[in-house]
Amino acid sequence: MAKQFLKGNEAVVKGAILAGCRAYYGYPITPASEIAHAAAMYMPICGGTFIQAESEVAAINMVYGAASAGERVMTASSGPGISLKQEGVSYCAGSELPCVIVDIVRGGPGLGNIAPEQSDYNQVVKGGGHGNYKVIVLAPNSVQEMCDLGMLAFDLADKYRNPVYVLTDGFIGQMMEPVEFPEPIEKIPEKSWVVKGTDETSNNLITSIELDPDDLERHNQKLQQKYAIVKEQEQRAEEYRTDDAEIILIGYGIVSRILQTVVDKLREEGVKAGMLRPITLFPFPTKSMTKLAKSAKFFLTVEMSNGQLVDDVRLIIEGKIPVYLYNRMGGNVPSIKEIHDEVMKLMRLS
Amino acid sequence: MNNILKKSSSFYDVYERRPGADKLTTTYCPGCGHGVLHKLIAEALDDFGVRDKTIFISPVGCSVFAFYYFHTGNVQVAHGRAPAVATGIKRAHPHSVVISYQGDGDLAAIGIAEIMHAANRGEGITVFFVNNAIYGMTGGQMAPTTLIGQKTMTTPRGRTVKNEGFPICMSEIIATLKAPVFVERVMIGDTKSTMHTRQTVRKALKLQIEKNAFTFIEVLAACPSNMKMTPSRSKQWVKEVLADNFPLGVKKDISEEFEPKDLSRVVVKNSELHDALNLETAKVDSEKIAPYREKMINEEIKVAGFGGQGVLSLGTVLSEMGMRHNYEVSWLPSYGPEMRGGTANCSVKISKKKIGSPLVANPTVLIAMNRPSLDKFEHDVISGGLIVYDDSLIDRKPVRDDVEVIAIPATKLADDLGNTKAANMVIVGALIEYKDLMSQEVVLESLGDVLKRKNLVELNQKAIIRGAEFIKNLKK
Repeated sequence: MAKQFLKGNEAVVKGAILAGCRAYYGYPITPASEIAHAAAMYMPICGGTFIQAESEVAAINMVYGAASAGERVMTASSGPGISLKQEGVSYCAGSELPCVIVDIVRGGPGLGNIAPEQSDYNQVVKGGGHGNYKVIVLAPNSVQEMCDLGMLAFDLADKYRNPVYVLTDGFIGQMMEPVEFPEPIEKIPEKSWVVKGTDETSNNLITSIELDPDDLERHNQKLQQKYAIVKEQEQRAEEYRTDDAEIILIGYGIVSRILQTVVDKLREEGVKAGMLRPITLFPFPTKSMTKLAKSAKFFLTVEMSNGQLVDDVRLIIEGKIPVYLYNRMGGNVPSIKEIHDEVMKLMRLS
Repeated sequence: MNNILKKSSSFYDVYERRPGADKLTTTYCPGCGHGVLHKLIAEALDDFGVRDKTIFISPVGCSVFAFYYFHTGNVQVAHGRAPAVATGIKRAHPHSVVISYQGDGDLAAIGIAEIMHAANRGEGITVFFVNNAIYGMTGGQMAPTTLIGQKTMTTPRGRTVKNEGFPICMSEIIATLKAPVFVERVMIGDTKSTMHTRQTVRKALKLQIEKNAFTFIEVLAACPSNMKMTPSRSKQWVKEVLADNFPLGVKKDISEEFEPKDLSRVVVKNSELHDALNLETAKVDSEKIAPYREKMINEEIKVAGFGGQGVLSLGTVLSEMGMRHNYEVSWLPSYGPEMRGGTANCSVKISKKKIGSPLVANPTVLIAMNRPSLDKFEHDVISGGLIVYDDSLIDRKPVRDDVEVIAIPATKLADDLGNTKAANMVIVGALIEYKDLMSQEVVLESLGDVLKRKNLVELNQKAIIRGAEFIKNLKK
């Protein structure tokens, strides 16, 4: 184990290389640029490729090429850049290409600003591009998890032949914390379906086109079956002091770090509060959520977006208990006091 | 003579991927240039013995189903993006023969950025650009290469310069770039021109196989269906009209002097990766940090000042030293335009407990290195907290009377040491001494590991000692 103090944006690249990723194609954008900086620094000397692409669109299509060729490959961007990549992500999902996309979310819409937001939730978790597809979405809340979940992303991408996002905010990307790096993986899994310019792969085809409606429906059904398995097997969530909790705070990314402090403060005051942090946003952690709803008086979802996460929580809870929203936007981060006061207000109401 | 009648082995014998009953003919219309060009490419792959090495990229357009026919590795891609996809493939497998095959809308309209940059990087791929001056697949709309006056579904009265501009000449544009090795415009018109095209196709592929050269072959071809012409009339049109607007010929050829491009990557063993990634373990001297093991530290520090004063690195040094004392630490900068010019600040947490939010809203310690920072953050400091400010730069005292205050002429002390930039380390030395946060010995020893600029380590060590002395004198 090697322990180092570094930025989330750098940790995700070092983790990726330890996970066997040897190709990075990306376009600079704040607050994700340090990912490209680190990839430019380390990919070539670790036997990989780094290209600063001419556009976000070109970058995701280079990813498409490298994934077709069987490489573990990644790209990274932020809000506006992710919007541009969406067509390519849809193609990757349609052609069932494993790849990892890191989204360090900034303020929107439009040019917005470069402060941290969570407003890419819908465009990432709901698919974002055209067609009936899903991507697996991991949501780290620390620099350590930028490494750990980044590495997991490559495994899940290969396991399910699907794009996997690492979705987090400008704070997690920019902050520095100690990270313990594991040993590199032995070797990446064999993929018989890729094109390698070899005898064995000369009959292989990477495509997302199916002209015949019945064929395309079958392809779509196969994708949906895959997503159903992902939903069943890959839900991940952290529960913090939820054992006897009557009030459950829900948040991911940087928000969950703040919620943890809020929960501690509420507990000191004798309030039975706990936190549920989705680690996977797709698959959504429905199992933990429905379990906690049985004993909780209410849920409070806290997010740095306009109620995107809370929509999913409400879909799961189906009105069984009240699900409230506290949110900030524009790059403002909710403070411990704001959230604490909101909980107090809701307790008086209920 | 038997060979002439034999279908190329780079084509499938039976087109199993083609839907419907007919598995033996192509989807191309009679007289279409794609079928002929496919044949020329397939035969070249046969003759060079590279079929198995070849990865063929099918674009969006009439050749979207090229993978029905070519018995090679096949990748079907998004509209206009073939050169980007080709880049990803070729970089992964430098030994492979990558063919990026595109039409005029795909390459010269929606994908013009991708082709320009792939060409400019000199990717080791072969590009076949079929220019038939019209969108075929979508039903006869204007292409960027549609001729002036040519009627299409979206130029029903003919293309005008006023509304649509001029047809775009891609070969000439690509030839202006330095990296492309061979650029030629050819046509599939009469037998003679087709036989010349055959030679050009071979030359281009050979340059990839032997030298990993970027080559660009523009092929003028007919689209009889959308031109509403008979196949023979449309070929005549290619020869007489299209070639008149798009001059045939070699636009660039540096193949003789071009040195083979080595695309292989360095080989790094797994056992060497930690070193390559610079993942050395932070040393913790357990004996020296023993006195700090039981200390219930929980500091939330805000560091603020002008950009260039080393505000952010003051924070990272404190955090990294904290990590070396087995504290939990986090560092969060204000980032982006704020860092350029203006003021900079960062939040540092050093704690025995797991750190929740890394953002410091109400610091236990404020380090103010300029007046705006003191003005901005003074009132956020918790009651009983500490304000450390540089009184060689800040012309007022804090107004709070419920906090501790240290006025330290950090900039002046650093100047005395010979470098203004060491003011931040003077403050580090002062703070760890005042708060007894860490072992000065450990801090001084580890400074060389922590600082990026190794030539400044000694100066910064002196600055830390100077800051600590200042506090010791205050305490006397």
